[in-house]
Amino acid sequence: MQSSSVAAKSAGDGVSDEIPEGLRVMIVDDDPTCLMILQKMLRSCGYQVTQCHRADIALSLLREKKSGFDIVISDVHMPDMDGFKLLEHIGLEMDLPVIMMSADDNNKVVMKGVTHGACDYLIKPIRIESLKTLWQHVLRKKKHENKDFQQSRSVEDGDRKQKAPEEADYSFSANEGSWMIKKRKDDEDESEDKDDTTSLKRARVVWSVELHQQFVAAVNQLGLDKAVPKKILENMNVPGLTRENVASHLQKYRIYLKRVSGQQQNGLSDSFLGTQEAPFGSMSSFNGQELQSLAASGQIPEQSLAALQDVSQSTISPLVDQGNIFSFESPTLHFVEGQQQLSSNSEQMNFLPGIPTNMEPKQLSDMHQTANLFAGMMQGNQSSSSMVPMTQQASAQIQNETNGNLASMFSSSIATPISSNGIANGVLGYNGVINNVQGPAYDQVSQPSAMDFSVNHSTDLLGNGFSVGDNSDIPPTLSTGVFQGDASMEVEGSGGDARTTYDIINDLLEQKSQDWSSLNPELTFGASPLVNMQGDLGTFPSFLGQQDFLGNLSTGNSSSSSLGQGVFLSGEENMPIVGQQPTVLNTESSFQVEAKSFPETSYQNALLPGNGGQEDLMSALLKQQDGTGRGEDEFGFDGYSMDHLPI
Amino acid sequence: MHRRLASMRKSLLDQGFLDEQFIQLEELQDDSNPNFVEEIAASYYRDSARQMLNIDQALDKYPLDFAKLDNLMHQFRGSSSSIGAKKVKNESTQFQEHCRTGNAEGCRRTYRQLKKEYATLKKKLEAYFQLARQAGPLETASRPK
Repeated sequence: MQSSSVAAKSAGDGVSDEIPEGLRVMIVDDDPTCLMILQKMLRSCGYQVTQCHRADIALSLLREKKSGFDIVISDVHMPDMDGFKLLEHIGLEMDLPVIMMSADDNNKVVMKGVTHGACDYLIKPIRIESLKTLWQHVLRKKKHENKDFQQSRSVEDGDRKQKAPEEADYSFSANEGSWMIKKRKDDEDESEDKDDTTSLKRARVVWSVELHQQFVAAVNQLGLDKAVPKKILENMNVPGLTRENVASHLQKYRIYLKRVSGQQQNGLSDSFLGTQEAPFGSMSSFNGQELQSLAASGQIPEQSLAALQDVSQSTISPLVDQGNIFSFESPTLHFVEGQQQLSSNSEQMNFLPGIPTNMEPKQLSDMHQTANLFAGMMQGNQSSSSMVPMTQQASAQIQNETNGNLASMFSSSIATPISSNGIANGVLGYNGVINNVQGPAYDQVSQPSAMDFSVNHSTDLLGNGFSVGDNSDIPPTLSTGVFQGDASMEVEGSGGDARTTYDIINDLLEQKSQDWSSLNPELTFGASPLVNMQGDLGTFPSFLGQQDFLGNLSTGNSSSSSLGQGVFLSGEENMPIVGQQPTVLNTESSFQVEAKSFPETSYQNALLPGNGGQEDLMSALLKQQDGTGRGEDEFGFDGYSMDHLPI
Repeated sequence: MHRRLASMRKSLLDQGFLDEQFIQLEELQDDSNPNFVEEIAASYYRDSARQMLNIDQALDKYPLDFAKLDNLMHQFRGSSSSIGAKKVKNESTQFQEHCRTGNAEGCRRTYRQLKKEYATLKKKLEAYFQLARQAGPLETASRPK
């Protein structure tokens, strides 16, 4: 079988349209029985298999033959090295798609996988069907890279232009802003970059440990605040490295730092979500791992800003991302510089940008949601330019997954974690958080249901300004659902289900919208809106869909509340979607979810930006970031926007 | 023989000793690996014996280290589920539950039950594979290519 395929070895090249038989798979598991079974299954699928019973052996093998493998499947629990660690290493160094597997189908672990940038998560016992689609991950990744570059460029360009003025309003780190502006100015560079990117895609930069160290050294030398890609690039003096590469990597790094610093403080306290701490906190735990996600999130913020501007469309994603960012922030960033600045910056960035993370959304739309979470996450990362290997994986996934904005949102969020793994965090964070936060609520949520949701409803939400992505994108939710359902991120579960997420959100929105108005502008979205949400999701859609809301938000409390609420709903819903998905999906009543979920905030962000109220939102968000987080408890984000909005 | 084998397999499935995973393994078996499933089972019994020794030792300690037990059992459960050992897997899941709630008595009780199921399945599988080996050539011959 293998030999016949042309794609065979080149599957990794992302030549994409052929099924890469002969795909070179590396499997890592300390359980010999499992290794034997997997090997046999993979061989019967036509893949070439190399098995390792130890992670360190696997890593050195991978290092020896950098392009000798196309995909890695690894167990989570191994005696010599944690599977997630391995995942991170691979993502960082080789940027290969990694699939995690375990007998453990605990949501947390699954989310952790996502946030760490796993392309998929399979629950043991592994079925051969799950392995048949392995090649898709590889293709997706490659495609993603390409698309990412192209799409993100266009998105960024567009966003950037609009954002420029906005940027001034936001207080995100000067670096980011300047960087963004710089980017704008570099339009021509952009286009060049685009081309380069495209070609770069092929020669994707893999941020090896050494390279990263060089990067970090350069950043430190310049001072984090002054570390602009151009200067970093010059400082590093690495041939073949472009400013783009550095830029996206910088974003991720920033996110990572934020996460780290956030963690130091207390987990997400840094994140503007602040309030959400609870949820984030949990998220952090997930995210803790991925720097990249943070980095990605870093990227997102910028994008979000841009997105915010545009918001109406894709806001959803950004919001999600923001959520992610936060979650990431607290978690331990790989970069671990723990630079507070970053965190604060990133937070802000995330906050507003929320949307940007969505940048991916566009890309996402292409992708189906299924692994939305991943996709979402990845996308978030991708925007960065997938510098981070992990991101790529994530991005690829996310992009694929998230078709709709929602998807993007989630993706963004999710993606972020994954990007460096972080994206997964983001997404997972949501989910994870949600799960944690809600606890009971989530349990109810059955992920599979989530998927159902999104599919149908999303339209409303998306249409409106949420840019959720067209409903079907609810990838995040799907993912969540997917995870739970089958423990395998596999797209099929969520496949196409991105919609479900959306649907759910729609439902939520619809419900919420109604509730929102009654809820009170207070937005405490966090708590009340969410709680009300339980069944009110319906209102949600109304929020999302209507740009008016956004406007309202800023203007009237009720409006904003609704929006906020809507947002919350989305948040809640998002939550489900993002992380909560399960909850959302299952029952609208599960909205109770716990507003804490981040996702809501993300929605808010998303929602808000949509309307002209973006600025208001942004400022609100910014303010919130500062710690207002009234609604923090629950929404963290929401608290921001909402609180301010009613004002 | 062939029929006997099929009916034995069916009864193992019906009684819940084995699940779908086992069937998947059988489907993987082919001419290049005619005794694939048996090899897998042998590997499983080797590993799981070692794992169970570890669990035995851990259960002898006072106080019980539930986290460790949970971890050990997790590995065991993974292996068991890989070959489709349904009852054994269920017992190990139960065991892990007890670990999470810190129920020492529950752990021991469940573990005793698990060992029983484990031994029972082993015997049944031995009989099954013996029959399979005998029926082998027949099966191969009758299997559509």
